[in-house]
Amino acid sequence: MIEVADLTKKYGELLAVSGLSFKVEKGKIWGLLGPNAAGKTTTMRILTGFLPATDGKATVAGYDVFEQPNEAKRIIGYLPEVVPLYPEMTVSAYLNFVAEIKQVPASKRKEGMEKAIKASGLEPVRGRLIKNISRGFKQRVGIAQALIHDPQVLILDEPTIGLDPAQIIEIRQLIKSLKGEHTIILSTHILQEVTQTCDGVVIINEGKLMASGLLEELTASFREKDGIVLKLRKGGEEAATHFKKVAGIEKINQENNEFTIEWSHGKDLRDEITKLVVEKGWGLVEMRSIAMNIEDLYLKIVSGGVAQ
Amino acid sequence: MKNIWFVAKKEIKTYFTSPIAYVVIAVFLVLISFFYYSIVSWFNSQAIQMAQNPYYYQQLNINQMVYSPLFGNMSIVLLLMLPILTMRLFSEEKKSGTEELLYTSPISVSQIILGKYLAALIVLLAMLGLTGILSLFTFAYGNPELKPILAGYLGLFLMGAAFIAIGIFFSSLTENQIVSAILTFGALLLFWILNWTSNSAGGIGKDILNYLSIFQHFDDLSRGTVDTTDIVYYISFAFFGLFLTHSVIQSRRWR
Repeated sequence: MIEVADLTKKYGELLAVSGLSFKVEKGKIWGLLGPNAAGKTTTMRILTGFLPATDGKATVAGYDVFEQPNEAKRIIGYLPEVVPLYPEMTVSAYLNFVAEIKQVPASKRKEGMEKAIKASGLEPVRGRLIKNISRGFKQRVGIAQALIHDPQVLILDEPTIGLDPAQIIEIRQLIKSLKGEHTIILSTHILQEVTQTCDGVVIINEGKLMASGLLEELTASFREKDGIVLKLRKGGEEAATHFKKVAGIEKINQENNEFTIEWSHGKDLRDEITKLVVEKGWGLVEMRSIAMNIEDLYLKIVSGGVAQ
Repeated sequence: MKNIWFVAKKEIKTYFTSPIAYVVIAVFLVLISFFYYSIVSWFNSQAIQMAQNPYYYQQLNINQMVYSPLFGNMSIVLLLMLPILTMRLFSEEKKSGTEELLYTSPISVSQIILGKYLAALIVLLAMLGLTGILSLFTFAYGNPELKPILAGYLGLFLMGAAFIAIGIFFSSLTENQIVSAILTFGALLLFWILNWTSNSAGGIGKDILNYLSIFQHFDDLSRGTVDTTDIVYYISFAFFGLFLTHSVIQSRRWR
């Protein structure tokens, strides 16, 4: 649905984005993750046709954003980092204006507006001036304006920035609910946002692609150690000494009857361990594998400069 | 065409939901009414004096003695007021980040510029149109000729249209509204007084300076003479301003 190939953007001498390539499939949510000044906003501005690229190609639903900007703009909904609001307008007047310039035909404008207002929960403030509504509602108006022409693609630049925790959760729920019908790219430097809302992630740093892929695939490929958390009914010290003897186990943390056991990536020692537990009759209460979380991955990629 | 109107409609709404348009129109009307009153009072005293002499009495002409100076005053007030009307048109979009919405929408930069231009022209029309009320008094108590008055209004409108185009250009240059207004005002005033040096320039320089001067072109129109040179001058002036705006916006984004 969205394809970026060798995208480069220079501001004078400053290289903001350099040779960036990635793909996003239809109906998925992808996160564009990176520290501040990594080139996230620049990438999004190029995708939405606000800025031209210095080099490279970007297509959205088959339309080249440089060659066919108007076709591409029609199917993209964009929430910029700074929500583009006119404080002197009422929420509904503003949404109507956006619908007009997004070329929503007059017959569908009302319907589109109602849908966007409903989806983003703006009903209580629709008649109020934008300057008088709260930060959370302003952010919602921003999302509503991105949705108003029912675009196939949504590009959201830091959609939860500046919101309180409850609002952040609401906006994340809202974004998740839009998945499927819309293909979404959202940028963020908040890691949990990616784990909680996204299917895939593109990690960039200093304008360069560091890693991209579906979340599970990525974490799996960057994993060095596998491990489990194991809870037993009894056993304690005895179990610990037995586990230490199992070949391949590198690390054991014991706290009463709860163990964290790690081994190097590639092996699978779960069978041996369960066998031992059953034989000795310690009683298996819980066993789950430890997934490497996105935070480890991100820190590793960004600080270590591992390129894939 | 529709897109231009969408942008224009939004701008007009903004003009009238914020106090800008009301203040500009009201102050303009107060000043013009005062000018009208003082000119008509002067005209009356002249008329009373001249009534004693039938020869001079024939010379009395409302168009020449009331409307020409009134149009002159109106043009100066427009020069002061129109930069206020245009200063926010692009500066504010840039400062508040709303330009990102405009330029990522499927409408062209020219449509955005023309929409904003149209909105300011409509406010200008309102300003000029409302001063028409004053003419009701002149027509009720005197017998002025209509055509020269219309020519004067045409001149004011064309001149205002040129002013607005220049104002839009300066608004596209900066995100600071005050800077935009001051630059516009300075540029317009400079064009206004350009012919002051024409006598010392001599030869072709004199002709060029005279041609470029806003004042020179308005002089004829305010006296009721419609000359195509003047009309072409104002229209090309406006076109030039809008063209520059377009170049500025395009180059900003391509940099």
